Amino acid sequence: MKYFGYVLEHLRKDLRLEWRSRDAINGMLFFVLLVVVVFSIAFDPAGYPTVTRQISGGILWVGLLFASMTALNQSWAREQRNQVLEAQRMAPSPASALFLGKALANMIFVLIVEAVLAPIFVVFFNLHVLGNAWLLALILPLGTWALVVNGTFFAALGLRARNRELLLPLILLPLSLPSLLMMVQATTGVLTSDLDHIQIRTWITQLAGFDVIYTTICILFFETALNAE
Amino acid sequence: MDRSPILRKIAWLWLATTIAVLVVGFRQAIFFAPTEATMGNLQRIFYYHVTHATLGLVFPYINCAASLAFLYWRRRDPLKALTADALAVASAEVTVLYVGITLASGMLWGKPAWGIWWTWDARLTSELILWLLYISYIMLRRFSPSGQTPTLAAVLSVFAAIDIPIDFMSIEWWRTQHPAPVFGPNGGGIDPHMWPAVLWNLAGWMMWGVLLIALRFVIERRRQIAEQDAALLAIEASLETPQ
Repeated sequence: MKYFGYVLEHLRKDLRLEWRSRDAINGMLFFVLLVVVVFSIAFDPAGYPTVTRQISGGILWVGLLFASMTALNQSWAREQRNQVLEAQRMAPSPASALFLGKALANMIFVLIVEAVLAPIFVVFFNLHVLGNAWLLALILPLGTWALVVNGTFFAALGLRARNRELLLPLILLPLSLPSLLMMVQATTGVLTSDLDHIQIRTWITQLAGFDVIYTTICILFFETALNAE
Repeated sequence: MDRSPILRKIAWLWLATTIAVLVVGFRQAIFFAPTEATMGNLQRIFYYHVTHATLGLVFPYINCAASLAFLYWRRRDPLKALTADALAVASAEVTVLYVGITLASGMLWGKPAWGIWWTWDARLTSELILWLLYISYIMLRRFSPSGQTPTLAAVLSVFAAIDIPIDFMSIEWWRTQHPAPVFGPNGGGIDPHMWPAVLWNLAGWMMWGVLLIALRFVIERRRQIAEQDAALLAIEASLETPQ
């Protein structure tokens, strides 16, 4: 129980920092908005509703992936000011609590972005969902967590690297490819209702499995990555 | 290190044997193995593709094991840890080579057999992801300053290793365009006359890969030792200067 106390404390700290500056959320929001606009100009979604439905799942997730990468690169930078990170390395609380708090905070930021983005996305892409829309309430958090958990981990790992802005996508994109495939397939399946129940359930189960595996490894290895010297 | 003449002789002997085995494997694959009924001579690429693919799924495990050994010894026995790290670098680079050859030979086969160079089939995709993961492993090693690189890379290696069993099982789990498994309980099996070609090539390319890993390992060890010597010299020089 004490462990969750630490996690909550870190989460509260990150939320408060973000509330005061609102850098990450505003940056991500504007970025995703730009991506959506760029893609709507590139593909003319109003003209071809079926094609739009087929590609919109992919566009949504690619936009979110790029947007979360811009925020994740920054998310550890605020810990580096005034040697806060050094203090946290010496603190008696387990390092993985710091990681979980940070990952949860990032997850909340991306979810807020998704909530604001969803109506804009629907309007711009002229969408109406043909499948079970409530399944999106399951796919979106699972997919977001898959992006955020590895992203937070490798943003921390790249902290001391030369040009870390470049390093994060180089590591995160290959690692996220399987999860990206699963979330895009599941989302597109819901939007177009082309896939039957069992197929969508398989994609969602695999996505959940991906989340469980990588969350476990992240928690196990975070201390090593943070204290690498 | 390893400047002893015996090891050097073993290396030359190993190289000679490897070349001999590869020559036998080439003869078996190109001249002796029976021509496949539907694909004809095109099937002969199989002996190279499958052996590289198999080994390309074995070498990353060496990388993962060496990385875990590095993480275990990092504090307990730093010198042993450095050795493990050298092995990890060597096996990662050879993994990229072997998986790359697998992808390339698969594409060479795919164009005449399927009519396309590439398709987003489960096995092909997971193999490509494996290749990308080990490239990002090497990029990470280039990008971060020397002191922390091994630890960070070792952690990434564990993440990358998750794709190996997925890649291995992909043709069992998702039956898509890639040919179904040939060996094993669910496999279709091959003509018994094709076995020598498979086994000689597997042995030859394994020996070749092991030789590459060993040479790269020795180079990396020399680099590490040179670095240590330079650091020691710098410390000694700083002690001699009057404060």
